[in-house]
Amino acid sequence: MASQAPAMDNKKLWGGGVSPYNVSYGKMMMWFFLISDALTFSAFLISYGYFRHVYENLWADAEQVFTHFPFMHGDNPLLYVAFMTFVLIMSSVTMVLAVEAGHRMDKKGVTIWMFWTIVGGLIFVGSQAWEWYHFIHGTEEGAMEVIVSFVYAGVEYPAGTILQFVEGMEGAFQLPGKGGAIISGPEAAVIVDGANHIHGANLTHNEYGHPLFGDFFFFITGFHGSHVFSGVVINFVIFVNVLMGTYEKRGHYEMIEKVGLYWHFVDLVWVFVFTFFYLV
Amino acid sequence: MEDSNKPYEFAVHHSEEDGKKIRRRLWNVFWILLVVTTVEVTLGIYWKQMAGVNSDAVWPIIKWLFISLTLLKAFYIVAEFMHLGGEKKNFVLTIMISYSVLLIYLVYMVLAEAVYHQ
Repeated sequence: MASQAPAMDNKKLWGGGVSPYNVSYGKMMMWFFLISDALTFSAFLISYGYFRHVYENLWADAEQVFTHFPFMHGDNPLLYVAFMTFVLIMSSVTMVLAVEAGHRMDKKGVTIWMFWTIVGGLIFVGSQAWEWYHFIHGTEEGAMEVIVSFVYAGVEYPAGTILQFVEGMEGAFQLPGKGGAIISGPEAAVIVDGANHIHGANLTHNEYGHPLFGDFFFFITGFHGSHVFSGVVINFVIFVNVLMGTYEKRGHYEMIEKVGLYWHFVDLVWVFVFTFFYLV
Repeated sequence: MEDSNKPYEFAVHHSEEDGKKIRRRLWNVFWILLVVTTVEVTLGIYWKQMAGVNSDAVWPIIKWLFISLTLLKAFYIVAEFMHLGGEKKNFVLTIMISYSVLLIYLVYMVLAEAVYHQ
C-alpha cells in the first residue's frame, strides 16, 4: 500500500516545525476561540428555546414587541431587525473584500473596505441601543401584571401573568398567548384587583410577556452586542495599523484575515439570533 | 532559528486576475445571502395572511423552512466568507466535528431532560 500512495510533500506532514494544517498559529487559535464562543451562544439559544416551550402560553410575540422604525409611524414588525441584518451582512462583505485586497497588497483597497466595515459595525451597535431603549421604556398604555394566580376556562395562570389592555374597551383585558381570550366585567375586575400597571421591560418585569423573555433578550442580544462592539474596536486598531503601513512593511496582510474571521463570526451569530428570536 | 530573509510561509497572495474572479465569487455569495434574507423577512411578515385559517397547520413547515434557510446562510458565511471551504480537509474536520459533537449532545440533553420541567 505504501508503494502505491502518492508522493507527499514532507512539509505538509506532522514532524515538528511545520503546520500540518497549512494554517498559521494565529489563525488556528482564532478558529479554536470561535468554536468555544459558538458553543456559548449555542447554549444561550438552546436554553432560550427550552424556556420558551416551558412557558409557551406566557411568551411574548417578538414580532409584536419590536415594531418601531425610525421616522416611520405605525406598526412595522420585523422591518427594523431586517435592516440590522442587512447592515451586518453588508459589513461582512466589505470585510471579506478588505481581506481580498490584502492578498493583492493593495493598501488603498484594504483601507477603504476596512473603513466601511467599521461604519457598518457602528450603525449596528447604534441600532441595538435604540432597540433596547424601546424595549426598556415600553409602550404608553403598558400592561397589567397580576399578583395572584387565577383560573380561567380550566387553565391556571400564575402570579405575574401579563394582561394586555384591549383598545376601546374599558375594563377588558386580553390573556397572554397568540389569540388569547378577552376577559371583561366583574370577573376581570376580580383578577386585576391589586395588579401592577407596568411599562416596558427589565430583568424582573416585562409588559410584553414572561420576564424570562426579557432576560434572554437582554443576555443574548447584549452578549452579541458586546461582541460587535469589541469587533469594532479591534477593527479600528487594525485599521490604524493599515494606515501606518505596518502590514505593508511586514509583507502580508494576514492580520486582516484574523480580525475578519472574528467579524464574520459575529455576523454568523446574528443570523441565528434573528431566526430564533424574531422569525420562529 | 528563523531565517529573517525567508518569506512568511503562510502569507496568501494572489494576482490581479485571480482577484477579479474571487471578488465575483464573493459578490455572488452576497446576493445569495441577500435574497435568502429577503425571502425570510417577507415570509415572516406575510405568512399568516397567506396561510389564513390554516396558519396552525402551516406553521411547522414555515418554521423548518426558516431554520433550513438559516443553516444555508450559515454554510455560505462559514465556507466562503470565513474561507473554511478553502482550508485543508483535516482542518475543516477538526473545526466542524468538535463543534457539532458538543452541539448535538447539548440539544439531545435538553430534549431528553425536558420532561422533568415544573
